[in-house]
Amino acid sequence: MRKQQTFSIFTGILRRDLKLAVRAPSQWINPLLFFLIAVSLFPLGVGPEQNMLREIAPGVIWVAALLAAMLAQDSLFRADFEDGSLEQMLISSRPMSMIIMAKVLAHWLVTGLPLIVLSPVLSILMGLSLVGWWALLLTLLLGTPILSLLGAVGAALVVSVKRGGVLLSLLVLPLCIPVLIFATAVVQTAGVGLAIEGQVSLLGALLALSVTLSPIAIAGALRVTGGAA
Amino acid sequence: MSFELKSGELLQIDGANGSGKTTLLRTVCGLVPADEGNVYWCNRPIQQNRQGYFSQLAFVGHKHGIKDELTAAENLEIDQILAANPSSVSVREALGRLGIGECRHQLCRELSAGQRQRVALARLLVSIAHFWVLDEPLTALDQEAQRTVCDLVGQHIAAGGMVLLTSHQKLDWSGQAHRIIKLGNA
Repeated sequence: MRKQQTFSIFTGILRRDLKLAVRAPSQWINPLLFFLIAVSLFPLGVGPEQNMLREIAPGVIWVAALLAAMLAQDSLFRADFEDGSLEQMLISSRPMSMIIMAKVLAHWLVTGLPLIVLSPVLSILMGLSLVGWWALLLTLLLGTPILSLLGAVGAALVVSVKRGGVLLSLLVLPLCIPVLIFATAVVQTAGVGLAIEGQVSLLGALLALSVTLSPIAIAGALRVTGGAA
Repeated sequence: MSFELKSGELLQIDGANGSGKTTLLRTVCGLVPADEGNVYWCNRPIQQNRQGYFSQLAFVGHKHGIKDELTAAENLEIDQILAANPSSVSVREALGRLGIGECRHQLCRELSAGQRQRVALARLLVSIAHFWVLDEPLTALDQEAQRTVCDLVGQHIAAGGMVLLTSHQKLDWSGQAHRIIKLGNA
């Protein structure tokens, strides 16, 4: 019974957030467009030299993904904070970590997943090889959930700060450096035909770590900041 | 200040604007920490008994906790999911009792302030919570709705519940055990 209730809160909040995303699409479409435009500026700025583009592609795509994730992250708890829904979640006796995981998953589905779907287009734009694209896909699949979870910790901390977007980036971007390093290394290593299992495993470990630990941090942060009037 | 609330009691907090009514209610709900002192539920500080306290608490605050992009019914369904003990009252019935049954499939963005307040108050009906905390529950409501809310509060008290509310209005709690605390200016 208890398990069933926990599951129902997870699916209930997930459905609610997805419904809200569908009805107010600007919050996730804008960061996505930013991602597309930011990456497509590089061939224009750097020049169409394929070798050069291929070399910088992993870094460019990943940095753009990181910035797009930061843009989207600010909205994760803010709307709920402003209309009082967050209060209702905080005073619910249901497990806060389940509510948070559902919210972060919904957020990743509308902001992280589209980045992955767009990655083939960007790979062509940046002249990545097929192997490079596969590696990119893999890193995005493992890396963007980490960005969502780390970003959620920051979003929870600054939820009561008006215009906290920049502060959020300052807090969270340094934490994302390991993800950026390993993810770009995977794509570069794959590009020269070497084994990538090691770095991919490290990304997987980072994901496991953030999935297990960040809900605790997010819940703690929300209990401190989310109740502020 | 110090006060105690028992089953079947109603406490009304009155006071001028800015006297701290809302802050007091939010402190009681555990949303903001008290500068000094503590809030106890069943003789235990609420921080040590979060689960037990929150499972018995229903709060309707200034911020209604209603999503504009969801319909009235969808909003209440979320409240039902968040409630520790969902009551047997259906979403439709709860909205009907507050007189907005016909608006249940309308987006809350399209509802008036009073109607939104009623959606928030309908939350009290979809969960079985012992302790109701209501911040200005009657503002924006027409007279008939005010009557309905007072009746609901009265029934809750009569059934052994507890209510803590703020209101500027002189309310008629005909026969119900109630106390009024007046907060001074800050």
